[in-house]
Amino acid sequence: MVTLSSYLILGGLLFALSVLGIFLNRRNVIILLMAIELMLLAVNLNFLAFAHYLGDLAGQVFVFFILTVAAAESAIGLAILVVLFRNKRTVDVEELDQLRG
Amino acid sequence: MISLPPLAYADLQPLLPELFLLAMAGIILLLDTALSPANRYVSYLLTLATLAGCTWLTLPHLGAAPATALYGMFIEDPLAAVSKLVLYIAVAATLTYARDYLKERNLYRGEFFVLALFALLGMMVMISAYHFLMLYLGLELMSLSLYALVALQRDSAAASEAAMKYFVLGAIASGMLLYGMSMIYGVTGTLYLGQMRSVLQMGAFPSLPLVFGLVFLVAGMAFKLGVVPFHMWVPDVYEGAPTAVTLFLGSAPKLAALVFVLRVLVWGLEPLFIDWQQMLIVLAILSMAIGNITAIAQTNLKRMLAYSTIAHMGFMLLGVLAADRVGYGAALFYAIAYLIMSLAAFGMILLLSRAGFESDRLEDFKGLNARSPWLAFLMLLTMFSMAGIPPTVGFYAKLAVLEAVVNQGYVWIAVAAVMFSLIGAFYYLRVVKLMYFDAPEQSSEISAGADVRLVLSVNGLALLLLGILPAPLMNLCLYALKASL
Repeated sequence: MVTLSSYLILGGLLFALSVLGIFLNRRNVIILLMAIELMLLAVNLNFLAFAHYLGDLAGQVFVFFILTVAAAESAIGLAILVVLFRNKRTVDVEELDQLRG
Repeated sequence: MISLPPLAYADLQPLLPELFLLAMAGIILLLDTALSPANRYVSYLLTLATLAGCTWLTLPHLGAAPATALYGMFIEDPLAAVSKLVLYIAVAATLTYARDYLKERNLYRGEFFVLALFALLGMMVMISAYHFLMLYLGLELMSLSLYALVALQRDSAAASEAAMKYFVLGAIASGMLLYGMSMIYGVTGTLYLGQMRSVLQMGAFPSLPLVFGLVFLVAGMAFKLGVVPFHMWVPDVYEGAPTAVTLFLGSAPKLAALVFVLRVLVWGLEPLFIDWQQMLIVLAILSMAIGNITAIAQTNLKRMLAYSTIAHMGFMLLGVLAADRVGYGAALFYAIAYLIMSLAAFGMILLLSRAGFESDRLEDFKGLNARSPWLAFLMLLTMFSMAGIPPTVGFYAKLAVLEAVVNQGYVWIAVAAVMFSLIGAFYYLRVVKLMYFDAPEQSSEISAGADVRLVLSVNGLALLLLGILPAPLMNLCLYALKASL
């Protein structure tokens, strides 16, 4: 039997995985962008599970908006990545150390 | 099948400033592609005209009763009207200060104006949101525009690095905020802030998922406000971004973020105030401590002001955590006062910079009094106000917030806040010492237009005037909250 809490646990695990992906990853900025997408998808799963359980459409509509904004967000993220690569010739997270103090 | 009544014109009335701004941003975007660089001032003037038009459309809402639009997802109340009017003035001042700086760095293009207007639109939606979806969309519209603005100087490695850091941490913040929203939606069964409040008032909820959601929500908002321990991006972004963009993102979004916090925590989740009050106490104390202490070690003025922002945001949260209308009013007053101070401080950096010279190191301010006594005096007023020395507005803002906290019985928080602002006074007064008692290293003429000098003078003197006569603005803030809540 798949219950609401099963979905919430899966959503929570995906969310934790994406946060770990962001903070443990020290190599590649592209992996950061992937982890951010995963984070938003984990939230979507939460919204869908709640919307189904509550019998409320609003949560499902919210998911469409999150998907749309996530697309815009990755467009901007990739654009910044291209600018960054042109200036630094690398996408290594460790190399992003010019600003500190 | 759910059937909604058709949208009537009257239902769009509260939305007019946003619709006008959206239309004008689109027009400026299209028009600018046809303009030659010599005629760029047309976009600049059109942007200022747009802000004037928005002011005219927002003014009637100042005295009106709260009105909702878009099936109750959008609210235009006195709080929204006051905040929006302040934002228009802040954005107009930002554009005036930024103009020469952008011209010298080949950034004076239509994108800057259009992105600034879209960011403003996002802030306005955030301020007027009465539904989680509106809050999220407004926040993202603002954030995405700001990411692009930070990356606008495409040939600068520092700016692109700052943009990347801002983007990644901002996206994490949005993710956390959404996760918190989904939890609270699951427990209360609604996304409308007003319904959420009445559902929560009836009580009897599983408190664990609710508090779990609240923690994520507060963490997401703390990221956006830039308070400790979610402050890592602030100094890097302030330092790396072109100063004109730093000015923009250090001023208007702070007020919008405060109203966002108020909408979520007060309009939506006030019945849970015992829980969020505890979280805000931790955030506020940590921000004031780490912000003020780390700022002492900085040699770059933009970075120092970034840590000072962190401390100021902590101070502002004191008003929110007092959890009564006087406290919220004091927080709003603090945010507006901080807006004026940060406009003056970054405006001064912009005014003193020129092509190939950023004027953002502390040494660049040495002997400013010998070069221009008036500008040195304005900077002195700004620094005094940030440190909270009477008779400037910064003193009164701090006093109002502390009073609200003491009234709630949190004397120890007030004592800690005063201690940390005493530490903070050291690095503000160091700038004053550099300006008045050190020999100048720069000898060149300060080349700034008369209009920029005039706006900066008005801005600096406003700090003094509002410090001597704070009552009208304070009453406006308190009225906005009483009439809205």
